[in-house]
Amino acid sequence: MARKVTTGRKIGTTIFAWFVGLVIFFPILWTFLTSFKTELQAISIPPVFVGFDWTLENYRTIQTQSNYFHFMANSIYLSLGSTALGLIFAIPAAWAMAFSPTRRTKDVLLWMLSTKMLPAVGVLIPIYLLFVRFGLLDSRLGLIVVLFLINLPILVWMLYTYFKEIPGEILEAARMDGASLSKEITQVLAPMAVPGIASTVLLNVILSWNEAFWTLNLTTSNAAPLTAFIASFSSPQGNFYAKLSAASMLAIAPILIVGWFSQKQLVRGLTFGAVK
Amino acid sequence: MATLHTKNAARAMMAPAVIVLLIWMIVPLAMTLYFSTLNYTLYNPFSTPFVGFENYSYFLTDPTFLAALANTLILVIGVLAITVIGGVLIALLLDQEFYGVNIVRLMVIAPFFVMPTVAALVWKNMMMNPVYGVIGQMLSAIGLTPIDWMTEVPLLSIVIIVAWQWLPFATLILLTALQSLSSDQKEAAEMDGAGALSIFWYITLPHMSRAITVVILIQTIFLLSIYAEILVTTQGGPGAQSTNITYLVAQQATSYGDIGAASAGGIVAVILANIVAIFLVRLIGKNLDA
Repeated sequence: MARKVTTGRKIGTTIFAWFVGLVIFFPILWTFLTSFKTELQAISIPPVFVGFDWTLENYRTIQTQSNYFHFMANSIYLSLGSTALGLIFAIPAAWAMAFSPTRRTKDVLLWMLSTKMLPAVGVLIPIYLLFVRFGLLDSRLGLIVVLFLINLPILVWMLYTYFKEIPGEILEAARMDGASLSKEITQVLAPMAVPGIASTVLLNVILSWNEAFWTLNLTTSNAAPLTAFIASFSSPQGNFYAKLSAASMLAIAPILIVGWFSQKQLVRGLTFGAVK
Repeated sequence: MATLHTKNAARAMMAPAVIVLLIWMIVPLAMTLYFSTLNYTLYNPFSTPFVGFENYSYFLTDPTFLAALANTLILVIGVLAITVIGGVLIALLLDQEFYGVNIVRLMVIAPFFVMPTVAALVWKNMMMNPVYGVIGQMLSAIGLTPIDWMTEVPLLSIVIIVAWQWLPFATLILLTALQSLSSDQKEAAEMDGAGALSIFWYITLPHMSRAITVVILIQTIFLLSIYAEILVTTQGGPGAQSTNITYLVAQQATSYGDIGAASAGGIVAVILANIVAIFLVRLIGKNLDA
């Protein structure tokens, strides 16, 4: 906005906006603070905000007592594995749709979108039984395949909207100049496609990391990611607020940081290109 | 440019993605449909006689189903109301000039990246616990009696938790739409003497209407299948007060081992979701031509 805003009004807006922001952010901030308290301070009445003895005890306990890194490793395996598998299938498909569209391209895209709307619970039973039958229950491989399939439509869509913005003429120009196919791909197309692919990867990692229907229903311990690790805190075990907070921070911190960096691309990916 | 050769190449490039999605969609759905006509329980998995529509009549006439259907609707509509209205207001706020706008923006979108199980447990224990929760302590501090959120108002609690998770999504998309509105229009209206409220009502809101529709449709798809938040907070209770369709179906299978009824429930959920999906696909399809 180019309009001039008076300083007084700007300060008023600043105070109000920060207040709103802090209220929304408060549960995360509070979890962050609590993760550095002792269990006693965590439930003290009245609550203490910053005037407590900061300790790393909870983080140490989480690391040593529960095998946190086992779950963390699973989260990384699942989100990266399903994303990599997804790219192998999605890049060629999106590429073909963007550069050699046919009459049916639009129908295929919309059909892919509609598979995303199949409620998971509608296919839970057969997938569960198939997993039992093929020994995939609580295996990383099985979950990677499921996460890959539920996110594939989003991958194809998002890549398609990015690829469509690459002008086709540039390929012809490169060909005219005598570029070979490998040069065409590595030196002309790849540099233009990489940013789109990167943001698609980010969104897919976020979605897979936080997926909590299939990961909760198809794992017990071996392949369980952080979503299941945190869910295990839901049964009351006495005073555990500080430990719960530390575990929560460890589970959300990586993705929070990734998410903050990719907020712009997120809109496009989550609305299937409908809002840019 | 689309010669026969490139057309075939394009088909070959699309085929793997199309085929795996086709299998993913058809095989399990056909199995669910098949199981839904059997008397199939995990306690006696070797005898699964055909029972026709019996599972459907059992599932649909179960009073819990009606409760779950009502809860599902309350959950979806409640969260939509909070996130759309809140999202519009916060988007308008973030569109203003103020100090630290980028930091406030980061704080506002943060809840979206919090995994559902973390969000639910943090709210259940640290915010809503009647004794140690922050909300309870604040209420006590001003002399009110704190309530036990999870047992007294279980569904409202879940609405609040889920709305907190989705508010950033609505805000982010509405803000993106808002920032594409040219300021010329607003300035012209201002010169003609339009007040802030009528500018909002006649210029800003119509401009955002499509983004609002997109938010409503996409959120509905996700909100129909809320599961983890219920599992780690109320487990659908007390009674069935916070059970939604997704939770009910999963419960039929995991707690009661009734594969037949769960499958019938799954098909019902698919039909409900499809009603929403038709609208969404049309809307996005229209946009694809533009």
